[in-house]
Amino acid sequence: MAEHTAMPPGTTGPVHHKDYHAAKMGMWLFLFTEILLFGGLFLLYASYRAKFPMAFHAGGASLDVFLGGLNTVVLITSSLTVALSITALRRGEITRCLWLLAFTVACAGGFMVNKAIEWGAKFHHGLVPGSEHMAGLPQGQSIFYGLYFAMTGLHGVHVVIGASVLLWVMLLIRQGKVTGADYVVLENAGLYWHIVDLVWIYLFPLFYLIS
Amino acid sequence: MTGTDSDTSASMYTGTGEAHAHAPLSYRFLTAVWVGLMVLTAVTVGVARVDLGYFNVLVALGVASCKALLVIFFFMHLKYENLLIKGMVLTAFVILAIAIGLTFVDIGYRY
Repeated sequence: MAEHTAMPPGTTGPVHHKDYHAAKMGMWLFLFTEILLFGGLFLLYASYRAKFPMAFHAGGASLDVFLGGLNTVVLITSSLTVALSITALRRGEITRCLWLLAFTVACAGGFMVNKAIEWGAKFHHGLVPGSEHMAGLPQGQSIFYGLYFAMTGLHGVHVVIGASVLLWVMLLIRQGKVTGADYVVLENAGLYWHIVDLVWIYLFPLFYLIS
Repeated sequence: MTGTDSDTSASMYTGTGEAHAHAPLSYRFLTAVWVGLMVLTAVTVGVARVDLGYFNVLVALGVASCKALLVIFFFMHLKYENLLIKGMVLTAFVILAIAIGLTFVDIGYRY
């Protein structure tokens, strides 16, 4: 693996000043802002849950544990395939890497379809964000569903962004711009995808399993 | 190359971006981590069906945090990063813990 591009002494050659560690550190710094963004929402959730425990219980009971659990499995599996794709790329197994990433993007699609089914069922019951019906619910319930839509919605936006970034990286790999020797772009895209997974790991028990 | 913390200065500017320390994680190892995550997911769904009162939340958050550690350390390779990044991640989570902890000091005595 370690070719370390031994350049003949004396030749300068084209030096791309790419700093692997700085690139990764920059990505982590960005991820901290994501953690604090969702952290603030979790804080809001925790505070209102302490104030309206019964409404949160009832709200949690109305969510579909099967769909939530299925989406957990889908996201964790997609995290695995991203991690595997980095290994594949570094071993020079480009085709396998691309298939693993395609599978990840497919998982993201599956996740969003499940989410659409779930939200659809809620809409069907008149639970539409900003609607008269939702505002007219008892305060605790309207706050629960408000947080549910806000947090799973913001998370869903992250799923779409993460999948788009992974598609873009797939293109770069096909073009040979991201390779087994220079793969930090894939690694950083993977880090973003894992954060999306991480947020869901907390969202799932807090919303679906509290009844 | 198994060094994880000591190789930063030597490999900062190799010009190719190949300045990483660790060998790629094996497919087998990553899959084992995934199995662990699946088991913990099953545990958290199972425990939620048992009424433990207040402890349900603590168990759910505990299991979720175990899953988070698996994802962060192995899928996100934190275990193999240098001390600087490890320290940064720790700082971020400590700040989050302070924010959540202090909020609960307030909420706990409010209602």
